[in-house]
Amino acid sequence: MNGLSGADAMKRGLFMSFANTLRAAGVATAAVIAAGATLSSPAWAKDTLTVAIPAFLSGPAAGPFGVPARNGAEMVIDAINSGSLPAPYNTIGFAGATLEAEFVDESGGNTKQVAEYRNLVQKRNVDLVIGYVSSGSCAALAPVVEELQTLTIFAVCGTPRIFEEAPRRYSFRTMSHATADAVAAAHYIKDMFPEIKTYTGVNQNYAWGQDSWRDFELSMTQLMPDSKASENLQFPKIFAGQYGSEISALSLDPSELVHSSFWDGDLEGFIFQATPRGLFQQKKVIFTVGGTAAYRLGKRLPDGLIIGARGPYGILVRDRETELNTWFINTYKDRYGTYPSGPAYQYGQGVLAAKIAYDKAAAAAGGFPTQDQVIDAFTGMEFESFSTTVKMANGAGHQAITENVYGISKWNDETAEAGVTDVKFYPAECVMPPEGASSVEWIEGGMKGAKC
Amino acid sequence: MDFATAITILIDGLVFSSYLFLVSVGLTIIFGVMKILNVAHGSFYAWGAYTSAYLIGIWSNSGLPDAGTFLMIAVAALLVGVVLGLFLERCLIQFMYGRDEVIIVLATFATFLILEDLILVVFGVDPYFAYQPMMVLGSTQIGGIMRDVYSLTLIGLAAVVGLILWVGLTKTKWGRLLTAVIHDREISVAMGIDVTKVFILTFVLGAVLGALGGAYVAPTVSVAPGFGIDVIVLSFAVVVIGGMGSIPGAIIGALIVGIARAIAVHKLPEVELFVVYGVMVAVLVFRPEGLFAPAKARKI
Repeated sequence: MNGLSGADAMKRGLFMSFANTLRAAGVATAAVIAAGATLSSPAWAKDTLTVAIPAFLSGPAAGPFGVPARNGAEMVIDAINSGSLPAPYNTIGFAGATLEAEFVDESGGNTKQVAEYRNLVQKRNVDLVIGYVSSGSCAALAPVVEELQTLTIFAVCGTPRIFEEAPRRYSFRTMSHATADAVAAAHYIKDMFPEIKTYTGVNQNYAWGQDSWRDFELSMTQLMPDSKASENLQFPKIFAGQYGSEISALSLDPSELVHSSFWDGDLEGFIFQATPRGLFQQKKVIFTVGGTAAYRLGKRLPDGLIIGARGPYGILVRDRETELNTWFINTYKDRYGTYPSGPAYQYGQGVLAAKIAYDKAAAAAGGFPTQDQVIDAFTGMEFESFSTTVKMANGAGHQAITENVYGISKWNDETAEAGVTDVKFYPAECVMPPEGASSVEWIEGGMKGAKC
Repeated sequence: MDFATAITILIDGLVFSSYLFLVSVGLTIIFGVMKILNVAHGSFYAWGAYTSAYLIGIWSNSGLPDAGTFLMIAVAALLVGVVLGLFLERCLIQFMYGRDEVIIVLATFATFLILEDLILVVFGVDPYFAYQPMMVLGSTQIGGIMRDVYSLTLIGLAAVVGLILWVGLTKTKWGRLLTAVIHDREISVAMGIDVTKVFILTFVLGAVLGALGGAYVAPTVSVAPGFGIDVIVLSFAVVVIGGMGSIPGAIIGALIVGIARAIAVHKLPEVELFVVYGVMVAVLVFRPEGLFAPAKARKI
């Protein structure tokens, strides 16, 4: 027997009805949330993302490239994890997740890099990869990245071939490629030294050196058609170390200008050996990656060298007083005791691009994004980086274009610091080919559509 | 070819030959006497370069005259050669005598890799610059172009080292003992020669010469990790061309490679990479034992 009065029964009926309504409402709410979640398909929220950061941590490229690259990435990751980047990037984490970095040595050749990449993705299950300095590494890895379908941001490597040879979905490059360095170099020579009629080159004998010279020569042919390249070009092997004979050959060559895309210890060794031999007094010399040596050599870097930094980075943008650049320079100098060179900026830029893409994808998805959502957000993105504007405008939205810059080395006695004078910036649309165009064909065709 | 170019090629060739001779002569002495194919020779070179650069830096920073940095080069070569050479001989090489050549190559290659990594631990990854000795000597004009005098002194140093080795081997008691061991180790033991002592001294001498090559080259380059890798390949090429174990062979091998490379750089730069190994292949085709391999005593 239940023993309820009529009033009690009525109350109970009302209570049950209310409870059922609540239950139904709860179920409906859950269903709506679930439906929403299904429609936007965000992944489960993550506390941490694991990123592999390959850079040269041993070998001759470690000091000038790998270490500043690693430092730049580390500094920006720490700032993002703690939410201490300047606005508008002062939200904590990558779509809220903290980034855990694994720094990996890029030394050892392409075969090793491919094996290491497979290991990182398939065994250590990293969520994304940001890095690679060498063009050889990137060229070898580009097809592997597509095969393993893991978001990979090439931070530095210069060869234009990556996005010109095949469409890529999982690869991005967040700085301009080598064509921009060569075209900007030719523009600078034309603007600053229009009297130059002959030029030669000393470049390393592999993809980077060969491509750099090819693009420079083609650009000079277009921009300074009255000038002529020497037939006695020097292509010593990478990490050769001894350049006595090459310096002699350059000295005997009647050319007025020497082009070089030397980088790493080769660049510094060449400068050391050429300085007492008067090469830099005898000829104009343009080092397209010379910016990496500026702080390291200090007063030992001769005045009067034309130097680039593979874009608006390092010593060439030290006087650019934006909030982001000031933060980058000051934080780096406080933390590592030296000014940031190009690779520090370039790796930092790759990390920043990843944060922006994750945050953008999360905002669109309404939760932590899937890799596909991050890739979609990344594709064609435009953002303010530490020292320049980056537009993912080429390679179907996977290849960045940025402005490029050159200047002339000049030691500053007052501040006792390396410096540059006669700095000239060239817009991204002036030095990079338009979307869909091959670099070589674009230059050979007279750089149609260039906005200089 | 005009006179200036010919002179330039000759000097470039001699400078590079001198460099090659300095780094390869230690390798060939060790092989000639001990039959040890020492891949770790590149480490003596690298450690010599790092130690030299480090000591030069300390000397210069202490405000002492830069001319004294030459003393640091000699100190670095002796320090590395004696300490590292002695340590390796006693801890590893002495157990390799009489072993199969493949085992020796593998053991010394492993040692080379360990010593390369130790450089990273001790000196870090940042390159070292030790330009002071080169600046002290300044420049001069030869054949219409500027030359740094420091590089030219490399020719003199190689000549002095070659002369000392020649006199030492042919005019001294120690040299005659060494020659006896080279020809027949067993007979030498039977004749009362302390072969172990000869081996130790030879290995340390080879190590000092390898370290001297690195220490002397350090002021002209950025001393960076991986410094010893290319050198070992070049040294082997020179030693193979000249004949394993032959000091005259090392001189001639270095001269052939150095001059051929200089000609290539000036006249046909696109074959510069090929020329060293092209010469090596050509020699091996016609004289597989190298140009000056020491005659082997016939055993009955």
